[in-house]
Amino acid sequence: MTDSQTMSDDRPRKTGTFFRRNKLAIMPLVFIAPAFAMFSLFVIWPIIQSVGLSFVEWQGIGPKTWVGLDNYRELLGDQVFWTSLVNNLYWLALFLLAPVMGLFIALFLNQNVFGIRLVKSLFFFPFVVSQIVVGMIFAWFYDPAFGLLATLLKPLGIGIPAILADENWATFGIIAAGLWPQTAYCMILYLTGLNSVNPEVIEAARLDGAKGWRLLVKIVLPQLRAATFIALVVTVIGALRSFDLVAVMTSGGPYNSSNVLAYYMYDNAISRYRMGYASAIATILFLIMDVYIAWFLMRLLRNEKGAR
Amino acid sequence: MFPRPIQETSRRRQIIYKVALPISLIIWLLPMIAIVATAGRSLSDLNSGNYWGIPSEWAFVDNFNAVFGSSSVGIYLLNSVIITLPSIVGALFLSTLAGAGLALYKFRGRFVILALFIAGNFVPFQILMIPVRQLTLDLGIYDTYWGVILFQIAFQTGFCTFFMRNFIADLPFELVEAARAEGVGEWKILIHVIVPLVRPALAALAVLQFTFIWNDFFWPLILIQSDDLRPITLGLTVLKGQYISSFNLLAAGSLIAALPPVMMFFAMQRHFIAGLTLGASKG
Repeated sequence: MTDSQTMSDDRPRKTGTFFRRNKLAIMPLVFIAPAFAMFSLFVIWPIIQSVGLSFVEWQGIGPKTWVGLDNYRELLGDQVFWTSLVNNLYWLALFLLAPVMGLFIALFLNQNVFGIRLVKSLFFFPFVVSQIVVGMIFAWFYDPAFGLLATLLKPLGIGIPAILADENWATFGIIAAGLWPQTAYCMILYLTGLNSVNPEVIEAARLDGAKGWRLLVKIVLPQLRAATFIALVVTVIGALRSFDLVAVMTSGGPYNSSNVLAYYMYDNAISRYRMGYASAIATILFLIMDVYIAWFLMRLLRNEKGAR
Repeated sequence: MFPRPIQETSRRRQIIYKVALPISLIIWLLPMIAIVATAGRSLSDLNSGNYWGIPSEWAFVDNFNAVFGSSSVGIYLLNSVIITLPSIVGALFLSTLAGAGLALYKFRGRFVILALFIAGNFVPFQILMIPVRQLTLDLGIYDTYWGVILFQIAFQTGFCTFFMRNFIADLPFELVEAARAEGVGEWKILIHVIVPLVRPALAALAVLQFTFIWNDFFWPLILIQSDDLRPITLGLTVLKGQYISSFNLLAAGSLIAALPPVMMFFAMQRHFIAGLTLGASKG
């Protein structure tokens, strides 16, 4: 590759020569520069700015006052912040049901019967529907007076509370709504993974007498590791990002009982013009997420470097 | 194959499976069925308390007409299209370039750049919110389509670059080497060798990005103020206030909002799933 290049490099024009000799060093920069510039301007630089804003007091216009760690100190004594943080932990813990349920639905659907393709698509399509629509669907579904859930459970003698208006239930009602598309997502990841499971290994294990649960745990799950990894990553990120459903279903209420960090941040910035304080909340959320991002990147790049 | 194919099991299990399949599907889609049923119900049925019984009449057409007639839903839909399509084109263009740059050349720091693109895609939106809003104000594109479009291009470029880089890195590198040996310029290699080969990746990304950007709620919420610029996700929250007592119309509105990405998914299923499950089948 380099040989043929130096041979064709004997050209009189000086700039041309320089460019040609170094084109394998210059071209990638030319290719990457526009994307990197946009990404830096709208993503990387704003992150740095936000962390900076968390140390000031600012109303969105006018002067910024340096307050050091005051915003963070105030967070420590802010009851709503703690409620939101705990709710985020509920989201995180309960969202992990999505990969589990997704796996079992995938196992259930991994058959070759008439119409199964359509059934798979219908199981998956809640993921394609906007979270705003999902939120509205579930709000209507939960309605204690005329929702379908209450209507179906009444003949069974089960009364349900006004889920989204009840301090103890609101968060769980929203999480259940979020689990619906998230489970669909995990299911499709596992269905794809099951497709590439090595059938010979399965047959060999069956001949050795492995079946059912043991076969799943010892032989199949290890082969689904890639799907599990991606399912976990998207689920954790989805749980920590929860905003749309909270915004459309309860706006964090009643009495902030269903608030999450993402929504509480937005609320502080947009409704109360507390940009510094909001940035401090965003920074905390960012730091929590960094743990997962770092884990994901390390695994991913280790594979990449090994591959090439 | 795991689990064991149902055809190899007893007759009884096969029957149980075939009965369980539609029942589980109905339970799974129950919330969706509820909204579709409601969207076809007439106001008189709702007012008389007939929410889930046999409807006295089907009012799908009336309800959809009423939504289009009495709200700005048509404008919201158009706005969604105006925002979504240029965002997809921009993100695909930038990420094809960057993906090729990262996959075809070896230089120091390429893994750092790739890591930045990937990591940036997972950050919570809230850490970007205030500075990005300020940036659009400074650029004079706050409360315009351009604010949302440029942000979507920039943000989605992260994921798309990661996707394109992996796809291009898996292509046979000999093609590029052969072209270079022939003295073909790098631009020409990109346009005539790489781009034709990455068409499936572009299709997968386009379908995926369509749903992501169409369904996005947060960025128009932050960057758009005027009612006549709102995309459908934001418009739905307006309808929610407007149709507070006529849930059949709100249900119809929700269906209208959900329909384009759902249709896109069913039409382009193979591409969509290929994009979404990238890496899920690799070891």
